[in-house]
Amino acid sequence: MSIDKILSLAQTAAELGMVNGLTVLSLFLSYSMLNVCDLSTDGCFTLGAAVGALVAIAGLPWLSLPAAMLAGMISGFVTATLQTRMGVQSLLAGIVVNTGLYSVNMALTGNRATLAMNKTPTVFTMAKDLLKNTPLAGQSTLLVMFVITLLVICFLCFFLKTKLGLAIRATGSNADMVRSSSINPTFTTTVGLCVSNALTGLSGCLMAQQQKNFEINMGSGMVTVALASLLIGGVFVAKYRPIPLRAVGAVLGAVVFRLVYALALRFNMPAFMLKAVSAVIVILAISGPYLRKQFPLMLRRFRAAREGGAPDA
Amino acid sequence: MLELKNVCKTFSPGTPDEKRALIDISLTVPDGDFVSIIGANGAGKSTLFNAICGSFVIDSGSVYLDGRNVTMTPEHVRARQIGRLFQDPMRGSAPDMSIEENLALAAGEGGWLSRVSAADRQAFRDRLSLLGMGLEDRMRQPVGLLSGGQRQALTLLMATYHPPKVLLLDEHTAALDPGTAEKVLALTRNIVEENKISCLMITHNMQSALDLGNRTLMMDMGRIIYDVTGQERAGLTVADLTDRFRTLSGRALDNDRMLLGVAE
Repeated sequence: MSIDKILSLAQTAAELGMVNGLTVLSLFLSYSMLNVCDLSTDGCFTLGAAVGALVAIAGLPWLSLPAAMLAGMISGFVTATLQTRMGVQSLLAGIVVNTGLYSVNMALTGNRATLAMNKTPTVFTMAKDLLKNTPLAGQSTLLVMFVITLLVICFLCFFLKTKLGLAIRATGSNADMVRSSSINPTFTTTVGLCVSNALTGLSGCLMAQQQKNFEINMGSGMVTVALASLLIGGVFVAKYRPIPLRAVGAVLGAVVFRLVYALALRFNMPAFMLKAVSAVIVILAISGPYLRKQFPLMLRRFRAAREGGAPDA
Repeated sequence: MLELKNVCKTFSPGTPDEKRALIDISLTVPDGDFVSIIGANGAGKSTLFNAICGSFVIDSGSVYLDGRNVTMTPEHVRARQIGRLFQDPMRGSAPDMSIEENLALAAGEGGWLSRVSAADRQAFRDRLSLLGMGLEDRMRQPVGLLSGGQRQALTLLMATYHPPKVLLLDEHTAALDPGTAEKVLALTRNIVEENKISCLMITHNMQSALDLGNRTLMMDMGRIIYDVTGQERAGLTVADLTDRFRTLSGRALDNDRMLLGVAE
């Protein structure tokens, strides 16, 4: 591989990593902070992509970003309402909304499974036009993603330090304590999921615009990919570190994930393996620490059995 | 003033597991009263606290705070006037957040988008130094790194940051080592006296039930079977209390922890 090729590979990985990074930041808020595993992520990602694509095709590329965020927010509100006010278990609420969103997305696109945006002006093509004839012309997509990611991280860092942000974090850490601080955990869960899903929607919107294509299944497995990235990020920046570092770690995790994936593709791994790889990463990251703790016990059980003790005693 | 009128609560009604946890409880606690509550396991002491806090909706009866009927008021709204500490020191604070952030939530000042200001920080620092545990120099550390005693002291500070009308202590020193327990108890007494808070304290230690406060309740099988104050209480010994339990409930005290309380 030539240096040029490696660089372009790294650049694409960084671009896509940062697009996915927004979904990872969304899970950073819902999974790490609010302690809710939001399984509506896949559908919400596609929803953001659909809304973003439609608004961009209608000729309003800048409006597509807030529109996708708003759509995500509504989806998050529905998920939150189901689990906090209607007695649906948290995981089930996500699954149900995810299923329903498929129809919503199809309805939005007018029963079309794909929307081509080859000639559609998007935030990326606009940035490219803007940077034409400057030294950064080749890096316009990277630059757009860098700016957006930076803005989102700054927002999250500010938000999570406000009273509302503190209350959301406390809801995930100890809901009893939130109640005794005279704050309604139903409210904090709702706000948390709205903000988190707004980021997922934004992520989907940017993915469709970057790929110049919307596809109804583009979000499938996204929650696992994002969770894998989040857990990889956790390897770089441990829990109990300052939030800005952890947020940067989350995005870094997404970029590393994309980088490893791009390399694997280079070495002829078929593209359909992406989801298996992310599933294995999630399994390793979550069950690894558990198995490491179990291993010495298994050894002791084995030794005790050898000395005549019943293995199941 | 806290008032309970004919409060009833039955768990799993109509099933073989039916448990009448509170039976027609009426109780008036005037401002500034410090009430200790004793009783065997399952007597309904913690359930009584849950009823006062609003952790569940009571089946019948009413709860009044300062004359206002709060029977149907949600738990988080009642929490403005009711502080509560549990036996488990982990229950009162968020482990993943710093001391400062926990206090900020307890203080609850400012709008939703306000942040911890330098003035807030100074106020927290002053309060923390009252504990005498050196926590004022560790305000940025996650609460999860504190010891059980430190966390319970912090919870006490949080629960009384804005002095509540009523403070409920559910064996809040039972999980602490004797030295720390003593310290937390002394802190509790100071804060309660200083702010004239009505306080209810569940304890398994019968001696401290008599030493602390000005009134003692004995609960058994969902009822208050003995309510003693003033002259009569001043003359009581632990042996009197166990005797009283036997005559009033018709059973001997079969609770190890209460008997341990006798031995202490």
